[in-house]
Amino acid sequence: MGLEIVKPGLLTTLQDRGRYGHQKEGIITSGAMDAFAYRVANMLAGNNEEEAALEITLIGPTIHFTEDQLIALTGADLSAELNGEKVRLWRPVFVKSGSTLTFGAPISGCRAYLAVSGGFAIPQVMGSYATYLQAGIGGYQGRALQAGDFIPCPGPSDTGIALFAQASANTEGHDYTVASWTPDPQYFPTYAPNPILRAIKGPEFELFSETSREQVWTERFQVSAQSDRMGYRLQGVSLYLSEPTELISTAVTFGTVQVPPEGKPIVLMADHQTTGGYPRMLQVVSVDLPILAQVVPGQTISFEEVSLEEAQQLYIRQEQNLSQLAHAIHLKHTQ
Amino acid sequence: MKQKDMQLFRLYPLGDSAITVQFGDSIDKATHTKVRAFSAYLDRHPFTGFVEQVPAFNSVTVYYDPWQASEQGFYNPYTHVTEQLQYMLKVARENDKAAAPRIVEIPVCYNGSFGPDLEYVARHTKLSPQEVIASHTRGKYQVYMIGFAPGFPYLGGMAKKLATPRKQNPRPAIPAGSVGIAGNQTGIYPIETPGGWQLIGRTPLRLFDPNREQPSLLQAGDQIRFVAISEKEYWKLKDKAHGA
Repeated sequence: MGLEIVKPGLLTTLQDRGRYGHQKEGIITSGAMDAFAYRVANMLAGNNEEEAALEITLIGPTIHFTEDQLIALTGADLSAELNGEKVRLWRPVFVKSGSTLTFGAPISGCRAYLAVSGGFAIPQVMGSYATYLQAGIGGYQGRALQAGDFIPCPGPSDTGIALFAQASANTEGHDYTVASWTPDPQYFPTYAPNPILRAIKGPEFELFSETSREQVWTERFQVSAQSDRMGYRLQGVSLYLSEPTELISTAVTFGTVQVPPEGKPIVLMADHQTTGGYPRMLQVVSVDLPILAQVVPGQTISFEEVSLEEAQQLYIRQEQNLSQLAHAIHLKHTQ
Repeated sequence: MKQKDMQLFRLYPLGDSAITVQFGDSIDKATHTKVRAFSAYLDRHPFTGFVEQVPAFNSVTVYYDPWQASEQGFYNPYTHVTEQLQYMLKVARENDKAAAPRIVEIPVCYNGSFGPDLEYVARHTKLSPQEVIASHTRGKYQVYMIGFAPGFPYLGGMAKKLATPRKQNPRPAIPAGSVGIAGNQTGIYPIETPGGWQLIGRTPLRLFDPNREQPSLLQAGDQIRFVAISEKEYWKLKDKAHGA
């Protein structure tokens, strides 16, 4: 079993929650940019949350199914169609052998996740499936997918098989079946274009000038075209330290807003380097990173201050929501 | 008031899922000894919710999962982890001098095409190429941090007289194993990347190998020495390093 990649799309890679434990060796974590959509895609496909899934960026691939499959698509709406019919997101989809999945114009967001029941039969590298493009490791042969690739799948999980039977009984002559239910969107991050992101003050916040400390909360910043999985470069007002300061390099992380001397902030994303020496002005809270991951270059973002305690409360609430979601999906799967 | 060495530290949050422990405000061996002692202690005593740690010049950043670390929301994650780290910082002091640093020899071929900028460095430093090599191999270098690229060591200890500015125009691709100088730093490129360092030689060792149990050859806290080798030895060692 497997997926045949007819067209690769702009940037389609296999990702998981990231490669942890090796940052001290300079090995970046990689992993899904929108970890929420990635995790829910796996849940819907009846997988554990650690299985690899495809991260699809703006212009999606064309994928041919050579066997019956149970899949789920989450995240951005990139006009996915199965055999020419629009396919709904955030729900299990039973796909018949011979079907073709295509993508069209991006409607909202920029990263979609495709999970397949049972995951992909690819080797883990350093404990992770995530593609680390620069080092050429992980994922499918350490690179983005290309036309002609065949990504092997081991076949559906036990939950997948149960759902498979349920769904395939309902195809009624169609090529595919979409589950009639979807998880309650009240649990979802508030995906929106031009979002306001919650952030806490970074370790070097107080080193910035009074004007910059004020402007970072009041101004809007445009996500420039020089934005990728490593980081988003922001356009807008320039931010400056009150006096030039040389910092000793130390760790940086996903969501760190660092400001080089020319004043244009960079938000570090999933493929960020492990360490850096620029002042860290803000830190976007973890629960808002999925929202940021879906921001398309050209859109604007702004920052709203929250305390560390609030950020961690939000984190805990999201984990509670995700376990409720997992439970609800499991009930639906086994009904 | 007298304070114990390890207790001179500052803890601060790096977002909602990491805490940085900072020892001192400068790059020096004494500070790094504390970094190493704490890092080693943490490796042996991970706490609930611990994800990983990144030792740097004067800090150790500890990543944790607020959900696990708070026992699913029972504790305040930051406070709970901070308390545990503070306790560890107190007891880690005892192991301060426990482990002697590992000394790793890095064979380097400084000849011809392997060191395309050796002549330039010699001219800039007003030394002969032989003197550059002699000075570079004489030093004992401290690995302060691995970062920038997988397995890339930030080294301290290069002789000041070897300092040479970066190239005006970075090269689009520098071969893995290249040994270079940038300003007052020396380093080794573990993977092929673009870069502006002045290249003075190349090592046949693989600084990064994803299939090794420890993918990065060097770890923060190691000490290294460069050993000059011939081109013949280079190829011999290269075959060995690449499993031929």
